[in-house]
Amino acid sequence: MYGKGIIKGLGVTLKHFVDTYLDDIQWWGRRYYKTGGIAHRSSKDTRGIFTVQYPEEKLPVPEEFRYVPFLVYDEGADGKKEVRCTSCGICAKVCPPQCIWIVRSNDPQTGRPVPEPTEFYIDADICMNCGFCAEYCPFDAIIMDHDYEIASYQRNVFNMQKLLKPASYYRSIRPLNYQRNDEERKAKEAAKAAKAEASAS
Amino acid sequence: MTTLVETETLDLAARFPGSAAVDTRPGYSGWIVNKDRLVEVATALRDEFGYDLLSHVTGVDYFPDKMEVVYNAYKTTGGPGVLFKVQVPRLDPIEVPSVTPIWPGAEFQEREIWDLYGIKFTNHPDLRRILMWEGFEGHPLRKDWHEPFYEEDFKPLKSRWPDGKYVSAEDKNPYKDNLQFPQNFDPAKVTLDGEAPLYDTLQKYTTVDAGIKTDHIIVNMGPQHPSTHGVFRAAVVLDGETIVSLKPVMGYLHRNHEKIGERNTFLQNMPYTDRLDYFNSMSNNWGYSLAVEKLMNIKVAERAEYLRVIMAELSRIQNHLILIGMLLNDLGAYFTPALYAFEERELILDIFEATSGTRMMCNYHRFGGVSRDLPEGVLEKIRGLVEDRLPRKADEFDRLLTENEIFISRMKGVKVIDGEDAIKYSVTGPVLRAAGIPYDVRRAQPYGIYDRFDFDVALRHGGDLYDNYLIRLDEIRQSIRILQQAVKQIPDGPINSQKPQYQVRVPAGEAYGRIEAPKGELGYYVISTGKPNPWRYHVRAPSFMNITALEKMCVGKKIADFVVILGVLDIVLGELDR
Repeated sequence: MYGKGIIKGLGVTLKHFVDTYLDDIQWWGRRYYKTGGIAHRSSKDTRGIFTVQYPEEKLPVPEEFRYVPFLVYDEGADGKKEVRCTSCGICAKVCPPQCIWIVRSNDPQTGRPVPEPTEFYIDADICMNCGFCAEYCPFDAIIMDHDYEIASYQRNVFNMQKLLKPASYYRSIRPLNYQRNDEERKAKEAAKAAKAEASAS
Repeated sequence: MTTLVETETLDLAARFPGSAAVDTRPGYSGWIVNKDRLVEVATALRDEFGYDLLSHVTGVDYFPDKMEVVYNAYKTTGGPGVLFKVQVPRLDPIEVPSVTPIWPGAEFQEREIWDLYGIKFTNHPDLRRILMWEGFEGHPLRKDWHEPFYEEDFKPLKSRWPDGKYVSAEDKNPYKDNLQFPQNFDPAKVTLDGEAPLYDTLQKYTTVDAGIKTDHIIVNMGPQHPSTHGVFRAAVVLDGETIVSLKPVMGYLHRNHEKIGERNTFLQNMPYTDRLDYFNSMSNNWGYSLAVEKLMNIKVAERAEYLRVIMAELSRIQNHLILIGMLLNDLGAYFTPALYAFEERELILDIFEATSGTRMMCNYHRFGGVSRDLPEGVLEKIRGLVEDRLPRKADEFDRLLTENEIFISRMKGVKVIDGEDAIKYSVTGPVLRAAGIPYDVRRAQPYGIYDRFDFDVALRHGGDLYDNYLIRLDEIRQSIRILQQAVKQIPDGPINSQKPQYQVRVPAGEAYGRIEAPKGELGYYVISTGKPNPWRYHVRAPSFMNITALEKMCVGKKIADFVVILGVLDIVLGELDR
């Protein structure tokens, strides 16, 4: 019968139509306001509409999600910012679009390089969010951010002030990575201390 | 040990004494052919030795003394290919005979070499610029050509560290100061040819006597046309609704990917490959890492091999789903099938995001493995998708479209290309297989671990639009089969066989890594001189190759069919224009 194929196809459309409403009723029309609804959306059994009403509804990003990087500082005693970066320049060298600019400074007395950078710029308009800087940083000093809402009327050139974020923020967005890095660091420090002790005795 | 660009025992030197010699440079392979006998050698390779598919042609600038044109041909029956080169002194005018009469698929590639290297191909039917605009001065891929924002030859740039005082490129080169004029050039007096050379190549304006009085007209489809999936343009001569002659115009999205690639370090190229065919960054990464791994002669970690297969096949599935959805969009079924396709794509992109950190620009591969392991729960999700959800989706598309009478009457019988022509024009991928040629790089010359999986090369015989649609569904089903085996077999273990290095050491030599990307054969031809940056980085982009046959496919059909043919060709402009 001519038209059978069309009717069959329309059956699929009808199923989608009904599914959408059934699903909507199940969540009282506020599916993506609820964590359960969002979790269900990315499961294999999801049905109904996938559209998320951004910015009222937002999808959470996974831990590995990467956006323009930031610099980590540890909060030392009396609230001093201990910047992890040692201005070794690996991130600036590995950066594919070359959007990282670092000014390394020298101690005026000794003339030797000071670990902390005096200036650190990231041209966020050029950054391609590839994540190489964070991946190859030996000190976990530069980390990919989760904050993707950076639209502005000016050029987004981030300086040190804008880039520095506390380690607690790092832990809040990437708990697993933070834990892993922390353990590695502690293990390294312990090994170093043991070595120092051995050579001292 | 993996060989570099593999060449089987084929003795060109015995067949052409004095005109062909083995390339003996360390790390190189293949043959160096005398320029004067190139056409003869190429004809013999095609007719006597059976290398019927010209995979790619490209130029290399060995600054300062010579230029080289590299040809790479394969057999459609599978197996390794043959690489042969022609060397010419680097003195203008540089001339090499064209192989377009032997392999018509070389037409656009030779135009590209002329455009970017300034090598003239004698006997070429239509040697115009292809990617750069008409009136452009110079040939940008030459090593002595520098762009206006030129800072240094190679990255990393010295101005970034240790004294990296930020200056924006626009401040340094404000508008109007970034212009360079050729010597003796007066902008006031210039007259550009404009579009005339393009229209001259189209079939000439004739009056047609068809009983009624009618004329040919020229129509420009694009660059701003929704059916071109980007900024692609075709100048078409129409007789009524029938296409008489057609010329594709491209380059609107050209950013000289290869020049950028030669400036980058080897690792820095990885995220740039994402931006070629932006639907399939996972497979783009693979082709490039394959080429560099061949050069470095390293093995890939076992678990990473499986992760690569899983990601590449998931990416193929979502690519084909989108293709079908968007094809229906082009046909006028406004967005319903497209949005149905986006549902599963969304789930697949969630997997990419959780694993690599980004939905589309994945940057997932590293030399010797991949960048991250699967997070907790993701493997279960993939399992759920491939065992349950995706097979259901393929069936759903079958019910939605395959028997739809309107769809069939529009698609069936409109032949895209037949097998013989497809090979001549170097068409690869699903379009070739829909025309009855069972050629799939995963089987013809298995890479990675594809030889371990049980799957069929999807094949259709008609070569019409309907077959081109069906083969996409077939391939989705085959990919699901591969995935089902891969998620069962995936072992535990490290995800990279190498130590993480931000600057890899790549020995001197050449390598061609090719994979079966969803759109066809995707290859990377990389030459290293042992320095941190590749000397040559060439992308054999399937979209670009397949578009060479567009005129052949469209002439004689209706203008409305052009839209659908372009739809099944599955071009992505990021890859076409590079």
